[in-house]
Amino acid sequence: MRLIGLRGATLGLLIAIATLLGGPASPASADPVDDALARFAADKYDETDKAIEGLVAASAQNGQAIFEAMSAGRLLYDPESKTVLIKDAGGALVLAKTGDPAPQALAAKPLKTVRLNNRVRRSLEAASGAFALQAPDPQKRIGAARAIFKTREPTALPAIEAALAKEKDASAKQALEAAKAAIILARQDAPEADRIAAADIVAAVGDQDALAALRTLPANTPPAVKQAAEAGVASIERWLGVANVVQDVTYGVSLGSVLLLAAIGLAITFGVMGVINMAHGEMVMIGAYATFLTQGFIRDYVPALSGASLILAIPVAFLVAGAVGVLIERTVIRFLYGRPLETLLATWGVSLILQQAVRSVFGPTNREVQTPEWLQGSVSFLGVSLTWNRIAIVLFAMAVFFALMLLLKRTSLGLRVRAVTQNRRMAASMGIRTPWVDAMTFGLGSGVAGIAGVALSQIDNVSPNLGQSYIIDSFLVVVFGGVGNLWGTLVGALSIGVANKLLEPFAGAVLGKIILLVAIILFIQKKPRGLFALKGRAVEA
Amino acid sequence: MSRYRFLDGAGMIFLAVVLAMAALIPASNLLLPPDSWLHVPDHMVPLLGKYLAFAMLALALDLVWGYCGILSLGHGAFFALGGYAMGMYLMRQIGPRGVYGNPVLPDFMVFLNWTELPWFWLGFDHFWFALLMVVLVPGALAFCFGWLAFRSRVTGVYLSIITQALTFALMLAFFRNDMGFGGNNGLTDFKDILGFPVQAQGTRAALFALTAFALAGSYLLSRWVVTSKLGKVVVAIRDAESRSRFIGYRVEHYKLVVFTLSAMLAGIAGALYVPQVGIINPSEFAPANSIEAVIWVAVGGRGTLVGAALGAFLVNAGKTWFTGVLPSMWLFALGGLFVLTTLLLPKGVVGLITDLFGIRRKSELPAPTAPAAPAKAAPAE
Repeated sequence: MRLIGLRGATLGLLIAIATLLGGPASPASADPVDDALARFAADKYDETDKAIEGLVAASAQNGQAIFEAMSAGRLLYDPESKTVLIKDAGGALVLAKTGDPAPQALAAKPLKTVRLNNRVRRSLEAASGAFALQAPDPQKRIGAARAIFKTREPTALPAIEAALAKEKDASAKQALEAAKAAIILARQDAPEADRIAAADIVAAVGDQDALAALRTLPANTPPAVKQAAEAGVASIERWLGVANVVQDVTYGVSLGSVLLLAAIGLAITFGVMGVINMAHGEMVMIGAYATFLTQGFIRDYVPALSGASLILAIPVAFLVAGAVGVLIERTVIRFLYGRPLETLLATWGVSLILQQAVRSVFGPTNREVQTPEWLQGSVSFLGVSLTWNRIAIVLFAMAVFFALMLLLKRTSLGLRVRAVTQNRRMAASMGIRTPWVDAMTFGLGSGVAGIAGVALSQIDNVSPNLGQSYIIDSFLVVVFGGVGNLWGTLVGALSIGVANKLLEPFAGAVLGKIILLVAIILFIQKKPRGLFALKGRAVEA
Repeated sequence: MSRYRFLDGAGMIFLAVVLAMAALIPASNLLLPPDSWLHVPDHMVPLLGKYLAFAMLALALDLVWGYCGILSLGHGAFFALGGYAMGMYLMRQIGPRGVYGNPVLPDFMVFLNWTELPWFWLGFDHFWFALLMVVLVPGALAFCFGWLAFRSRVTGVYLSIITQALTFALMLAFFRNDMGFGGNNGLTDFKDILGFPVQAQGTRAALFALTAFALAGSYLLSRWVVTSKLGKVVVAIRDAESRSRFIGYRVEHYKLVVFTLSAMLAGIAGALYVPQVGIINPSEFAPANSIEAVIWVAVGGRGTLVGAALGAFLVNAGKTWFTGVLPSMWLFALGGLFVLTTLLLPKGVVGLITDLFGIRRKSELPAPTAPAAPAKAAPAE
């Protein structure tokens, strides 16, 4: 009988926990911790069990560390002096009671490991759980309650009830109640009404664990309880279905922003200037390597700024990639204006040269770009969890997009760029230095690609092939959205990203991608100039 | 009325060289003793055969790019499809000699626990069926793709990008194990072709000669196409598409014929390539391969047919030499080739030779010019 498996030792332990949590721990005569630790040295399973019980009862300050060491087989004792020691992960010995370094004399002695069997291991788990349930940090208490909710270990019930009586924090209380409900739901001897109420509480948690708890009821459960559980399962599944779609859409927006960042520079060089830059992906790659170098420089020379190194890398990447872009424009592309297919080939050659150059300098392996602390971790919202760097990329992509929009619509450079795009000869007649505008526009597009490299260095491998993986997608985004239209690029990137993620659950990642490519190819047949096509005579020229 | 001769001087020389290779290289390899200085070493025969297959692909590409102005960045897909069709035949010929000894299923299917041959593998045990598929599969794909693209007037760079997307999608598809084409390992470990062992020197020499004949044949076919009335309309479309349409030609039909024919030639080239190199895998679909094929044409000289084949031969010989001697420099050299050819040699090696020797070849078609820069175009006469 696993459900009410209250074996002797565990029962004793739980009573001890209950007293510990329920009322103030009664101060022991000598030192109960020493007492309990001494029992480990007896090298008998019963004694070890009692030692665990004693440590819980005494609420030993180093208890959690002792239990962890014990389950990892790192709890040692000296058979002579009966001192108990912990060997920490690094191999150093510390005293189990205080956590202070052990005297040299002890380290030289033949130490023995505290042995475990399955019974002791169970008590150990329950004791660790009980310790965590009374941890001072509410987050830890919630974590412990969640763990019990997942395992639904019936022996933990008294500890939970005791903790519940003392709990002040609202969310910790909720987690504890859910854990209690999960246990009661599965208990044969609980009243039917309680079990039905428990089913509702478990269903309200609404995640995969709750689903498992509701589905794995014992065979002889009364029909009323079964019915309540089934209703709970149905409501959770409904909710999870919605949450999955929300999750897919959010991931899609995140992917779309990555595509937007990669494609937006291309939207300028290809869309505004009509230049096919196959080396665009390499500008992204150069931006990523600029980030890597900036981080290394700041780490070595100005370590105080290392938290901001990613931000400082943005202008560096913009300038480096922009300068390379201007160089390419002046040496290759300007001779090929009006010959788009030749431009395509020449820039493909440039991209091969840039890749090989970076490979020769930095080697073919991936380079590590660190994620600053403020971008680590993730946030969970309505069952959808998102990492901070993904959120940052979405915001960053939007910021770059609108900055570029502003630049093209509100500055004198933007005015010149638009004038040259619309009518090169008229613009030249009005005194605009068109070659200079060409170089600047190409530099701007390349620089924006470099900025994209800063962002992509956070989520992708920084290797010489980084750019290659984005170039086809970027071109499709620009062509799909409509050439010469930044809004089209925005809509194109986001819709391709979302469609990709929505397809993935049904078709798998690779097949989803293939379906999407075919869909775009067919779409271009239908609307050869993209979603937001430019109209008028300039288009055909 | 026609100013174009079916075979001009360059074409005669080209045919003579290719046919001489077809006869001399196998003869020298098989008949001369290995220590003779005229002996072609064993490993050179399939290598040269590979170059000839690439030359055929370049010829096919030149037909669409040089004469019709369609820059296809996906011709590697047709080449690889032809190769897969031949590879499937060769796989079926292995029979029970595979690692798992299954008489019907290729090794990779046994490995995936498949119990019967998928429907699209049926028939590939017959050589004639495989040959038919070598031509029909790339042809059908090109026909469907071209029919959609040309009808909706997708031109220029847009067409280049979607052909690239096409070969990229096919590459992803063939990388999947469930597709039934061997996943990323592709098809390999071939044993024999028509009963002759693939590895034997005699078979290799025969395959080489066959590739040379196929190259000569496709040259004659392409030459016939471009000197025919159809060819003249196609060149007109390249130089002024709208004008040709307004005169009354159904531009999309002409483009479709040339595109499909070119894809079929590429498929045959792929089918000749596979038994000589002994493997076909999805990386043949990689977009980079298709772009590389474009540079062969550009280096040799687009719109000359002979130049395309010559360019394929030169660039691939260079690649073999570089990867043997200076492997890290190859991409620099290839990249430089792309840049310098487009900037300095718009007419390629053949154009350079013609210019250097001042050969006035009235029989040649006018060199292709970009529609946006008509002022720079040299007059035809």
